[in-house]
Amino acid sequence: MSDPNKPDRARRSLLVATAAIGGAASAGAAVPFVASWFPSERARAAGAPIEVDISNLAPGELGIFEWRGKPVWVFRRTKEMLATLRKVDAKVSDPKSDVPQQPEYAKNENRSLKPDVMVVVGICTHLGCSPKEKGADAKAELGADWEGGFYCPCHGSKFDLAGRVYKGAPAPTNLEVPPHMYLSEGRILVGEDKKGA
Amino acid sequence: MASRLMALWDWVDSRMPTLGEEYRKHMSEYYAPKNFNFWYYFGALSIMVLAIQILSGIWLTMSYKPDAALAFGSVEYIMRDVPGGWIIRYIHTTGASAFFVVVYLHMFRGLLYGSYKAPRELVWIFGVLIYLTLMGEAFFGYLLPWGQMSYWGAQVIVNLFGTVPFIGPDLAVWIRGDYVVSDATLNRFFALHVIALPLALIGLVAAHILALHDVGSNNPDGIEIKKNKGPDGKPLDGIPFHPYYTVKDLAGAVVFLALFSVVVFFVPEMGGYFIEYNNFVPADPLVTPAHIAPVWYFTPYYSILRAVPPLFHSQFPGVMAMGLATMILFFLPWLDRSPVKSIRYRGPYWKFAVTVFVITFFMLGYLGTEPTTVWGQFGFDAFFLDTPDVATWGARVGTVIYFLFFFLMPWYTARDTVKPVPERVTS
Repeated sequence: MSDPNKPDRARRSLLVATAAIGGAASAGAAVPFVASWFPSERARAAGAPIEVDISNLAPGELGIFEWRGKPVWVFRRTKEMLATLRKVDAKVSDPKSDVPQQPEYAKNENRSLKPDVMVVVGICTHLGCSPKEKGADAKAELGADWEGGFYCPCHGSKFDLAGRVYKGAPAPTNLEVPPHMYLSEGRILVGEDKKGA
Repeated sequence: MASRLMALWDWVDSRMPTLGEEYRKHMSEYYAPKNFNFWYYFGALSIMVLAIQILSGIWLTMSYKPDAALAFGSVEYIMRDVPGGWIIRYIHTTGASAFFVVVYLHMFRGLLYGSYKAPRELVWIFGVLIYLTLMGEAFFGYLLPWGQMSYWGAQVIVNLFGTVPFIGPDLAVWIRGDYVVSDATLNRFFALHVIALPLALIGLVAAHILALHDVGSNNPDGIEIKKNKGPDGKPLDGIPFHPYYTVKDLAGAVVFLALFSVVVFFVPEMGGYFIEYNNFVPADPLVTPAHIAPVWYFTPYYSILRAVPPLFHSQFPGVMAMGLATMILFFLPWLDRSPVKSIRYRGPYWKFAVTVFVITFFMLGYLGTEPTTVWGQFGFDAFFLDTPDVATWGARVGTVIYFLFFFLMPWYTARDTVKPVPERVTS
């Protein structure tokens, strides 16, 4: 008979072991409950990449396509439009696209795979509104030095024709370039690139 | 008849004495200070509004459909076709704002009379948890009508979690259950709004009251009535909660319900403050409303969020500031170093600080309902002016004052002059 005033070491060990295993079992049981909040298979399928036909997109034209419920802009820029990008380099907050808002292959001076075709998610990086296209003729509204780009009506963020955010805007970063790749000359797959995204 | 009822009660009491014991402990023999004033209505009123919300909420779920394709239509169906549907819904929408009105006044009472100070720190902490749960409850409920403001409000708030470094984007997807706010988000917010958070709220309210009844109520003089007990062991300055305060609270409830009815019947939208006009437009994921503002009870914190400029190309600092602004409430009992509780016996530092804090809170609240251009723009340009909007700078000043009120509190409360506190409560 052991001393009733002293803890029984064997029983204490059993208690600890039971608590530890019970704790592990509880944590395991929590897994399906936490996992249940991730997108379902159906939502994942709806979030699959989309094919976009840009063969009919004229120079200077903006095409809007829906991917994962968000507007994706495909914009075929003219030579003059690309020339404005160099003019506003000093006015945008991240001219060289150092913040990883784009795949590595779009981290260049035009933020695109091919110089003329820009692919960006048309959602302001501030609080998720969708900016509006404003051509260079909107100087009266957006200032004499406005070279054309996109203007967010919610909180006034301005973006240039490569989706780079102007200094002093509430948006913290450039517009996001989604993973994308060319299937052929006139067809783009948005949502996936050669690395498999 | 009366003797039959007494016999029935004796029968119950002999089998379940807990009932009578708890009734005496919390009602007929709970001694509350006799000097409660106007500010002491709002605790009881909060419980009443909780009951109103639960009752009207249960009835709304009987006709509401938590489905992105059907939700907006089912709310219109409740408003137009369900008998009594319109009044039940307006009771629920008005109740949401009324809940925050009474809770803010209840919290302000705590600030006035130092009700969070020892030994009532746990009462205060449970209260702050109730406040935070209520914010969650309001946020989840606001998505359910599936209007434009529901949708874009949820989009903005969920995106706040997306700013957390490293795990943010995955966290936002996990909360939404999709890559955008969608049917999955609506369905889970419905579950949280009607089951999970109400259960948590009821449990927290119970803990709040039990903790209060263990230490006893504070009062406008900030005196511990338990220090002065009569020969019968009952506080000399205390009166039984029932019938004295049940009757007093009943009178308050009558006045409150009269005002509540005026809103329900005549101004249920309250000029866009209780129900925002954009929410009469069905949710459209591809079109953002021109001006997004949360409902009034969130706007002081929304102002703080907007006031902090992005740092290192991240909005996370603003989100942190907003989170800190709510979390700091937990520490109030330890930030306040004053030897007295009630503002009646405190000095000029405290009175000045509380006054400035209240004005600032209202200003931040107002700015949060308006676009940042509401106060115009500065006419000059300077290197430090990252934005010319005057209102943004106003919100920045307000944010700094909000935090200074708390951060400097240990300093100014310890140095304030205080008046002697009387032994017994004043009438």
